[in-house]
Amino acid sequence: MLRRLQDINVLDLVLWVFRAVIIIVVVWGTIATIIENPYPAVTWTETIIAGIAQGSLYALIAIGYTLVYGVLFMINFAHGEFFMSGIMTATIFLAQPMGESGFLDTYPFISILLITVVTVLVSVGIALLTERVAYRPLRKAPRLVPLITAIGASFFWQNFIRGLYGSEVKPFPQMAIMAGKVSIAGFPILKSHIVVIVATILMLIGLYVFVMKTKTGKSIRAVAENKDVAALMGIDVDRAVSTTFALGSAMAGIAGILYAFVFRQVHFYMGFIPGIKAFTAAVLGGIGSIPGAALGGLFLGMFESVGPGLFLEGLGIPAPHQLKDVIAFTMLVLILIFRPQGILGERLAEEKA
Amino acid sequence: MTDKKRIDIREVINQGLLAGLVALSLSVIGFISLLGEREMIAGIFTMGHVFLFAAPVGIASVLAEKIKHENTGKVLGFGFLIGVITALPLIVLIILATSFDIRQFLVNVSPELIHLLTFGQNLVVGSIMLVVITGILSLLAAGLRLLPEIWRRPITSGLAWTLLFGTFSEILLSRVRAFFGRGVAKLVFSGKALNPITALLILIIAAAIAYWNVTKRSKSEQKEVEVSPEKQQKSQRIRVVVGIISLLILPLLLGTYLSEVMNNVGIYVLMGLGLNIVVGFAGLLDLGYVAFFAIGAYVMGILTSEGHLGLGFTFWTALPFSVLASTLFGILLGIPVLRMRGDYLAIVTLGFGEIIRILALSDMLKQFIGGAQGVLQIPKPSIFGYDLTKPEALYYIILIGVLIAAFVSWRLRDSRLGRQWMALREDETVAEAMGINLVNTKLLAFATGAAFSGLAGAIFASKLTSIFPHSFNLIVSINVLSLIIVGGIGSLPGVVVGALILVGLPELLREFAEHRLLMYGALLIVMMLAKPEGFWPSETIKRELHAHKEFEAGSSD
Repeated sequence: MLRRLQDINVLDLVLWVFRAVIIIVVVWGTIATIIENPYPAVTWTETIIAGIAQGSLYALIAIGYTLVYGVLFMINFAHGEFFMSGIMTATIFLAQPMGESGFLDTYPFISILLITVVTVLVSVGIALLTERVAYRPLRKAPRLVPLITAIGASFFWQNFIRGLYGSEVKPFPQMAIMAGKVSIAGFPILKSHIVVIVATILMLIGLYVFVMKTKTGKSIRAVAENKDVAALMGIDVDRAVSTTFALGSAMAGIAGILYAFVFRQVHFYMGFIPGIKAFTAAVLGGIGSIPGAALGGLFLGMFESVGPGLFLEGLGIPAPHQLKDVIAFTMLVLILIFRPQGILGERLAEEKA
Repeated sequence: MTDKKRIDIREVINQGLLAGLVALSLSVIGFISLLGEREMIAGIFTMGHVFLFAAPVGIASVLAEKIKHENTGKVLGFGFLIGVITALPLIVLIILATSFDIRQFLVNVSPELIHLLTFGQNLVVGSIMLVVITGILSLLAAGLRLLPEIWRRPITSGLAWTLLFGTFSEILLSRVRAFFGRGVAKLVFSGKALNPITALLILIIAAAIAYWNVTKRSKSEQKEVEVSPEKQQKSQRIRVVVGIISLLILPLLLGTYLSEVMNNVGIYVLMGLGLNIVVGFAGLLDLGYVAFFAIGAYVMGILTSEGHLGLGFTFWTALPFSVLASTLFGILLGIPVLRMRGDYLAIVTLGFGEIIRILALSDMLKQFIGGAQGVLQIPKPSIFGYDLTKPEALYYIILIGVLIAAFVSWRLRDSRLGRQWMALREDETVAEAMGINLVNTKLLAFATGAAFSGLAGAIFASKLTSIFPHSFNLIVSINVLSLIIVGGIGSLPGVVVGALILVGLPELLREFAEHRLLMYGALLIVMMLAKPEGFWPSETIKRELHAHKEFEAGSSD
């Protein structure tokens, strides 16, 4: 059997069959669902909006992966922990006491500002510390080595935060201004979802302008292009890398706040799965590209939200929503197999995948 | 080492603050107070104290080594200063904790922690004691560097052995009780900890042995004895035989609890040997390795279970199917990732691992594999009608599995295939250009690794008699990866060393188990920074990992 496999075409054949099976399952499931029509239209719109909101979070986290991958060619496995640590700290020290004292609802904007400042500071601080201690000394080491330290950093921070604040799920107080729904064009939409979507759009535009128009942004792009040449041009590479980490983790921190607004609870393990999914989003959009990360996040959020109901319900699979993570991971696998350069493919993926 | 670095007071303060932050972090995450429950020498100190003072003592010692050519007073003064500065953040913590209720934020700042930090005294006296004790300990650590080796070595060795005995006092106690009776145990231990007099004896004996060693070595340094190859081979053979005999009688010495620990270590060694082929030999970072473990376990579970899911196989008839199924899955999951490298491969395999776990957990396959309820009533293996229910008996099955896997790994490593794997690890493109068939080589690596893991899973299932999807999460993969990294990537004895450290130790010291993932994380980082080749490195990897450092240092050998 192995002799046969030597022929690379057999391998291609296997991959083609794999692709065909997936397409058939998806198409068949979709048609069956449409015929069956198990949900009313309102459910679908709600699912789609929830998907966009979820996707926005993925997009914000994915930015960090994309930026760091662009500059260092490494998967910053600990990025999900930057997302988690900031909002965990802010919840424990600010949101919960402020919620109890009523400050949160009396001065909602000051509260949000304070929470944002603390979250971003903690996320950025932890990111910079990780970069300095665990990544910088290993920049010239074989590529497996920084990946392993990144895994180590991820587990370290996760359990460090667990040790600090305990392992229970922490409730994030409901803010009066975020509660309830508003009706836009006849569709009732959760206010928190609107906040997430608007905040994400603003952040992404801000980031894009920063990276494309400012001098610091230019230095980051130069370092991403070629570290050695950038250094010769008088760019402080270490500084650019630190800025990249700071930017990415600030975005992740803000994603953490938005997550808390939507789900109203935080947990030491909350960063891990969103982290991996955001990486999927980054790859899906084309790693190294900022619009790609945004687009990838949106796609992934939508697929995950709509997918189980649309593709799997029709196949008669019980409790399809248990399988939403399977959809995300299957997408990751499929993209990496068939289009590693992603939707907005850049040269990076072709070189490195 | 021609240019000796001058170290000024600013650096000393920085280092002291670093030590202080480490000690503070360990305190607030609950590590210190948890370990404070484990007394090492009765009435004198606990393991919490050891970890509390580890940072200042370690940093003072390293710093003293750098400046030991300067005058004695300076070295001692700097050592003392580091200790004092270390204590400052801790005192802030003590003051905060005694005046506010900070426990509502930081759950682990408990009264026990404050009690430990202040040595049971009140705020002022306790703080002063903390400053003085950290200061003096750091001073002593710095001073130790100034002593000539003939004194330094016996002291460090004596302290190390005392700490080691203190750490494992509970296990020693149970063994001493089992072999020499309660009377002797009462004499040597008080409570679960070492008696101070015993500790002193251990210190003196270890120091004496070390002293004797140092003096003997300095005498025999001139007459290096050449050992002939035959003699070497013979002594190696004797060592192997002795090793095998001691492995065989081990459960008799260890008793039930420790045999159980050894069984867990053994299962991780099996998995480690498998992952070692994939990551260590072939350089394919597989983070979804737990998938094959799960498949092995589930196949064993479903084939043998006496519950409603079971098919009525025995352990021995199901075992080949378990291994075969995981091998097949190894190939199946290997095919899609054949063209991926490095970190993309890592993340895709991680995805596979999660997919398998979620599928096992889902309602979709519940009627076949039990969903969240798992598979229950898996029988233990039996030989000739004799059920192997006790851990001491299961030990031998695991031992046989490990020996087979170790033998196969060892023979594969030096085979043509092994060399192909290593070529693949060094550079895929070049390996292909040299005529290595990448598809076969990679798939064989995945298949072999998966087979070992499936074997481990099968034994795991019948050892536990019930399996649940939660037993097969990513943490297992990370655990196995950590242990082969700690032991040394690509090194076979390294797998055993790594498993003993990462799996055995936390089981012996329950307090560690609580924070084991934190320690894995820290250990992965520290190992990669300081000793990327592991504790028992393989020669090739060691050279490869230090290549970039040598390159930077400008030497070419």
